[in-house]
Parts: sequence; C-alpha cells; structure tokens
Amino acid sequence: MRAPARRPPAHPDARGRAAAQSAAGGVAQAARGGDVPREDWQEAGFGIYLHWPFCAAKCPYCDFNSHVSDRIDQHRWARAYCAEIDRLGTLLPGRVVQTVFLGGGTPSLMDPELVAQVLGRIRATWPMANDPEVTLEANPTSAEAGRFAAYAQCGVTRLSLGVQALNDDDLRRLGRLHSVAEARTAYDMARAVFDRVSFDLIHARQYQTLAQWRAELTEALAMAVDHLSLYQLTIEDGTAFGARHARGGLRGLPDDDLGADMYALTQDLCDAAGLAAYEVSNHARPGAESRHNLIYWRSGDWAGIGPGAHGRLSIGGQRLATSTPLAPGAWLAAVERQGSGALPDEPLPAEEQATEYLMMSLRLAEGCDLARHARLAGAPLDHARIAPLAEAGLVQQHADRLRCTPQGRVVLNGVLRALLG
Amino acid sequence: MTQLDRIRNFSIVAHIDHGKSTLADRLIQLTGTVAERDMKDQLLDAMDIERERGITIKANTVRIEYPAKDGHTYILNLIDTPGHVDFAYEVSRSMRAVEGSLLVVDASQGVEAQTLANVYTAIDANHEIVPVLNKIDLPAAEPDRVREQIEDVIGIDASEAVEISAKSGLGIPEVLEAIVTRLPAPKGDRDAPLKAMLVDSWYDPYLGVVVLIRVMDGVIRKGDKIKMMQTGATHGVDKLAVLKPAMVDTPELGPGEIGIFTGSIKQVRDTKVGDTITHEKKGCTEPLPGFKPSIPVVFCGLFPVDSNDFEGLRGAIDKLALNDASFTYEMESSAALGFGFRCGFLGLLHLEVIRDRLEREYDIDLITTAPSVVYHVHMRDGSMQELHNPADLPDLTHVDHIEEPRIKATILVPDEYLGDVLKLCQDRRGIQAELTYAGSRAMVVYDLPLNEVVFDFYDRLKSVTKGYASFDYEITGYREDRLVKMQILVNDEPVDALSMMVHRDRAEGRGRAMCEKLKELIPRHMFKIPIQAAIGGKVIARETLAAMRKDVTAKCYGGDVTRKKKLLEKQKAGKKKMRQFGKVEIPQQAFISALKMDG
Repeated sequence: MRAPARRPPAHPDARGRAAAQSAAGGVAQAARGGDVPREDWQEAGFGIYLHWPFCAAKCPYCDFNSHVSDRIDQHRWARAYCAEIDRLGTLLPGRVVQTVFLGGGTPSLMDPELVAQVLGRIRATWPMANDPEVTLEANPTSAEAGRFAAYAQCGVTRLSLGVQALNDDDLRRLGRLHSVAEARTAYDMARAVFDRVSFDLIHARQYQTLAQWRAELTEALAMAVDHLSLYQLTIEDGTAFGARHARGGLRGLPDDDLGADMYALTQDLCDAAGLAAYEVSNHARPGAESRHNLIYWRSGDWAGIGPGAHGRLSIGGQRLATSTPLAPGAWLAAVERQGSGALPDEPLPAEEQATEYLMMSLRLAEGCDLARHARLAGAPLDHARIAPLAEAGLVQQHADRLRCTPQGRVVLNGVLRALLG
Repeated sequence: MTQLDRIRNFSIVAHIDHGKSTLADRLIQLTGTVAERDMKDQLLDAMDIERERGITIKANTVRIEYPAKDGHTYILNLIDTPGHVDFAYEVSRSMRAVEGSLLVVDASQGVEAQTLANVYTAIDANHEIVPVLNKIDLPAAEPDRVREQIEDVIGIDASEAVEISAKSGLGIPEVLEAIVTRLPAPKGDRDAPLKAMLVDSWYDPYLGVVVLIRVMDGVIRKGDKIKMMQTGATHGVDKLAVLKPAMVDTPELGPGEIGIFTGSIKQVRDTKVGDTITHEKKGCTEPLPGFKPSIPVVFCGLFPVDSNDFEGLRGAIDKLALNDASFTYEMESSAALGFGFRCGFLGLLHLEVIRDRLEREYDIDLITTAPSVVYHVHMRDGSMQELHNPADLPDLTHVDHIEEPRIKATILVPDEYLGDVLKLCQDRRGIQAELTYAGSRAMVVYDLPLNEVVFDFYDRLKSVTKGYASFDYEITGYREDRLVKMQILVNDEPVDALSMMVHRDRAEGRGRAMCEKLKELIPRHMFKIPIQAAIGGKVIARETLAAMRKDVTAKCYGGDVTRKKKLLEKQKAGKKKMRQFGKVEIPQQAFISALKMDG
C-alpha cells in the first residue's frame, strides 16, 4: 500500500523525546515548519471529531454513545458545538486542520444548516489544509439521502454510509430502518454528489454461511468505489444483543473458526478486487484511505467535540487524553452553564503513549515505526518479544518498521499481549 | 456448676442449604444469647470459606440458657460439627461430646447427601434424634412425604417431627422445648477423677491455643494442673470459660458441661482431637475410647505463582499451621516452579480449604501440584523409601517394587443407585468386600487404593447418587501393585507439577483424560500446542491445542483507545495468574482442575 498523500515526510532520527518536548508551547511555530524539532503528533497530523449522539432508533448491536429523542433543538446544539470549537481554538491556536469527522449516532439527522454552521466555525477558527477531508456518517434511508446534496454544498467531502447488509432479513435482524433497495438508491445519490463514498458492512451475522458472505461481499465489491469498512459483528456488553446473548438467546452466531474463515475470505476477495486491507476492518484503493481515521491509528492529535467524545491533544509538552460527559443532556448543560464540555484532562505518561501507538499502529498494514515507538517508550521494544512472533509468521520487521502479517492482524490482541509482556 | 438434669448437649445434622445455620441463629436469637445488635447471619460459621461453601470446617459451639415451660432454666450446648468425609474423625469426636441431635430436613427437598452420613455418625454415637422439618412455609413443602422418607431411609420415628420455618422463626420455641423434653440429660460422676474429651482447639492471637472440651466425669477448675493423656503434656488452666458464643469466664466446669480452657499451649499441634484430659495428680487411669491421631494422607506442592511471593507464602503457612494441626509442610523446590512447600492434608477438601485460605486471607496466588498419596518404594537393596512426591521417584533400575496405601471404604446408598456405585468402585480398582441390605438401603464395603479416592471420588459418588450416598473410609495398609509415574508434556516440555503415580492399566485412560482436560483449560496460544502424557519415554496419549485463529477488536477508533488500552492492561494482570512453561502459559487453576476426572 502506498503511503497516503497527506502523510508528512519522515524525519531523520535525531529527534529525542527531550527535544520534542522542548518544542512544547511552540506548536504554531512548529506547524509553520521552522527549525524547531517536530512533536510526536505531527507524525500523523491533526483532525477534529464531532459527535452527534442521536439516532432514529437504537440498533441492538451498537455500543456507541447514541440516544433516541424526538425533541432535539438543533439551534441549541449548534450553539454548543460552536462554543466548544471556540474553546478549543484558544487552546490550540494555529493548528492546521487536516480532517473533520462528523460521527454518531446518526449525523445524517443533523440539519444541513447545523452542519454548515459547525464547519464554518471550524474554518473560522483554524487554518485548513489545502484539501481537507470532511466525512459525515449517514444512514441510507430515503429521508436522509434527500439531504446529501445540501451536506456536500456546505463542505462535506466524504460520506460513510451504514449499509451493514445487502439482505433485507438481516437488516431487520440488525434493527436497521432501511431496505437493501433504499441503501442502493442512497448510495447512488451519494456518489452523484460526493467525491468519496464509503460504506459499512457487518459480517459474522446470525446464521450467516461462508457462501452467503462470499456472495454478499462480491456484490458489495461490485458497488464499492474506493473504500469499504467490513466489521465482524461483535457482541458488546450493554447492548440489546449483549443481553440476549447473556441469556443464551441470539443463536446461530459463527464460532471462532467460522469467524476466522470469514475474515480470511474477506481479505482474499478484497485483495483480488484491489481493495486491500489498510487496517483490520478497513479496505481502500491506495490513496483512498480515511485520512481522519489514520490520525487515530498513527497517534496524531485530534480534538473530540460533543457528548462522550474523546480526544488526544499535545499541549504544553504533555499529551492529554480529553473526554466529555457521556449523556447528551449533561454535556449540553456543562457547555451552556460552565462554558466548557471538558471533563478533567488526563496527562498520558510516556509509556502509555507508547502503548497506544503500538496498539493502534499495528492495526494498520503499514505497521509501527519502531524508532518512534522507542522515542516514546524511552527504550527499544525487546527483540526477544518480537522474534517468536516473527518466527510464527505473525509479524515482519524491516529496519524500523514492524508490521503484522495478515495472519497476525487477525490475532492482533494476542500479538499485542506478547509484545507488551 | 449446673445440675446434670438441667443440661442438654446437642448437635444439628443437616444437608447444605437445609437451614442448619439459620436454625442455630434463631435458637441463639430467641433465647437472647446474643444481643440483637450483634446478630449477623450464620453466627457460627466464622470463616468466609465456611459461609461461602456452606460447610463447617471447625467445630463451633454455643451455650444457650433456656427457661423451659417446666419453670426450670436449662443449659443447652450446641456443637456445630464439620460435615465432610475429610473430617469424619472430627465429626465423630464432636458427636461423642453430645447426647442428641436435631436432624434438620428441608420439607420441600427431603433427605439428602451428608444428612445420611452424619445421621449415622450420630446413631453410632448413641444419639437421641429429634427430626425437624424446616421451610414448612414454602408452597412446595411436603411434610408428610418427608416424614415418611425419614422413617424409610433413615429408620427413625418421625411422627413427632417438629415443623418449623427457621427463616421466619415459626416453630422455634417448639424446637427448644423438644430439646429439653426429648433429648437425654448427660450422665457423669462429679466425684470421679476428671475425665474430659478434647473436642477441638484453635489458635487465638491473644490467648494462645484455646481448647474446647466436654467434661465427662469430675470437675475442672481454673488454676488446676491438667494432663493430656495421649501426648502426656501437662498444663495449668489459666482461663476457663463457656462460649455464648463469646467467651464468658466460669470458675469450674462439671460433668456434662462444655467449655474452653487455655493454658499457655503454644501450638495447636500440641493438642489432639479426641485426647482425654485429666488432672495431673489423681487423674483417671483409662482414657476415653476411640482416639486416633490425625495423619495426612494427601500430599501436594504449593508454589507461589509469582516466585517473589515465596517469603509471604512461608509466613502465611506458618500462621495457618498454628491453627490447623492436621496439615504438615516442608520446603520443596522444583525446576519449573521454584521454591514452595510440600504439604500434607486429611483429604482433598482439606487441601482446597487450606489453599483457598492462603490465597484469600494472605492474597497469594498459588499453583497446586498433582495431589499424591504416600507410596512405599522398596529398593533392590532391601531398603524402603516413603514417596510423597512423584518427582522424587528413584531411578527405576534400583526399584524392586512399589506399594500403595489401601482403604476400607464403607458406602451407604439407596439401592436404586447401587449399580452406579459398584461401577464407580470397580472403575477405581476396587475389590468388593461386603454387600448387605437394610431396608431399601445397601451397605457396600470396598477395598480401594487410596490414590483412586483422594482426588474426586467423593464428588463423583455424590454426583452418581444425587447426593444420597454416605461415605467413610479408613486406611487398612499397603499393597504392591503395578504403579508407574506418568508425566505430562506441554509443548514437548515436561510439567513436573502434573506428574503423578498411576496404575499401569489405568495410565492410558487417565493420560487421555488429563490431556483432554488440559486442552480445555489452557487458553489458545498464537501457535499450536501438543499436550502429551508419557510413561518413561513412551507417549501414551496426545491432544493438540489449535492455535488461536481470531482475536482482534473489529472497531478501534479515537473514542476506543482508552478503553482498549485498559483492556490490554487487564489482560496483562490476568497473565499474572498464569505460569510460564517454556513458551506456554498455563492458568493456575488448570493444575488442580486437570486432575478431576469426569468418569
């Protein structure tokens, strides 16, 4: 896979942690690109995540922060989002925004007017990269598809559609409100107005066979332009599926072996179609990767705005884990009454930064820069931990690059446990 | 001192969950023995493990004063006895210390499990038995059917069974009245030389060893010089008290009375359950019958999962040993497990209880190696070595033959389960010695190798008889047999902690079962793992644990980083409960679970 266009060029290895820290406070300066050593986050850039917590209905498998409400004052939400953008603007002056991601929830329930206000405020607060990626997550119902053109007009460049299945029975089982036909129509409408369109499918569903998944994925690949997110159904605690599963309901889920076979089949079909996995569950033609998500996986900085949104911000020589109240009402109240939706920041010690970088970067086909990891960890990763994994064909190391092989990526949790000791 | 005819001593016999502890609590409560504010559930089961497992390990005692309808106040002494075959001897001593029992049966469940074993111990001790039907207020209660069952299965008159609900307090006054009117008063001669039975003892950090006694004849007073007849040790009586259940000092204890004394005894192991206590001078000449010294019959190694915890383990074991004379220990070292202790126990439950206490009260994660009995290894030069640990088996070229301990097992079982019991005993290399019937109940006596019994025989017996069998055993001697050492290899590395002595004819079956069990117990690794059982160099069973095929988080975006990182940290902490053997991590709990057989 070729490195995406936006990736900053690699730097020589002379930057120690101390040097990186000495640049603290000089973010704007560094961003302007003087002689000041770069900070670690600059390896991946800066993006903004904005969380819209509402859905028309709650899907039984979803453990995201989403709520169903029929009384949403969108003006009030617009004011709150803008207030948070202002607050972050003062914290991070001069940052170049490379990506914006409107996630949820179901952000395609946002009024285009609200989206326009929020994006306008972001553009007014920070300098934007030349070709910013602005993604919006959408459900493929006809009502929402009707707003696509308006979203494109106010600056959304990329749409991520929650198609989830190409089979009406399974869509109902997954609690989705759309049909396959609607999804196809919405997809075509999206392609007509956005530069880039991706969609999600869930596999390892109840009673799904390998042959069915092969047929469905083949259909999807015939539709897909350049990006697909293919997730294995995961039964999470605290969801309707989780509760049913705990009670012994939810039959017909594939066992680990069938799940592994489906994952392997996914890789084979996508590779053949030119959409290789660039991340555990994400497939793209080279250059069509989600640049926003790459910021997470490459441990860049991102600001999290909205209820339950997490962020990672490098400020004043520290890397901070930021968070906000989870409940929409609580977040709104905090912003309106206290002027800030932030919960106390948590400074991340160096070893946790190193762990996060390793954990996230090994999800990517490009893998982990061991020199960067060593700078964060203060010591190189023990070769004795890498060697047995390499011998087992789960990882490969070339110079400073450590990558999971496709065999290793499917057991990434085990690889990480072995590497972290 | 209390007149003999105003004393009633009793125990409560019941199956787990049939309400023994609740009834005891109600008796204590209704008589005002413990102030209401000090009441907590299950007063007598002091240890967490006892409360959790619903079993009583140490004998617990309470003295209750009860003003009866006849206008007199009676002293009622309740001894709550242990209820497991590992502690059969302790139960029999406790039973000998009282004259009667309440047989508590759940009126919705009927007669079960340990009820039978313990009720026979009570009958053996010539107890008068008062049946009590508990949970009479449950919709499912069938008092008439259960009454009939008590008469049929146990063979005692249940027509006057007391109907109660220990939970609501219904019928408790009737129980108290029945204790007074239906149980016999103790007998004894106040003027005879002192003769008291040592029922139990425990270590108290302030008082030293506390000894629970039942006075048979004579009187013991504070300041007396007493002698323990089996050990010959002499002590001064520093403190004499009754248990309510808190200690209340008393100047003397006469015949029929139950209480405790202390006398600067340093270790519990200096006191032997069942020993006879008399005065140093002008003592009695004949000890009480039935004394047996307790001998550990099951040995295993206990090693800290984290080798840095060894000193902590040493301290914890020293402390536990203060309070439990029946377990023995000595230091041991193993190539794979480092330093630990070889410990001896009365049985497998005893082993599990000690291990649980070490882990819980002292917060040490332990690996328990395969339990072993004591073998006699006869060498070609005519000498004999006791083998406590399969790892110590000498070079076989010098070994002439090996003997193993045998037991006489007595099992009482309703005849509908007899077939299953006979099969179980045959499968465990048993030789039938006797088979007799009493009504619808069979009594089978088997000659069995102890090593076939120590792990899980009692559990299996309970399961094949739905809990209706009772089981008791005594060691009869040693006999030569074809015994071999079986090793377990995980990923081609021998795991000493799982080595065991086994009969040659049983080795394949045992080996296969162990390999299958381990395959379930060891989590999948990143590579496939062969699990083999071998005798000498010969592999007799093999399983392969497939490599992990899928273990990845499907979605991991910006909002998931913190949670995912914490999950990884939690898994890292979980690994501390594993022990590394070569490249393989074996969970601590696998070591003992692998030994429990399903068949």
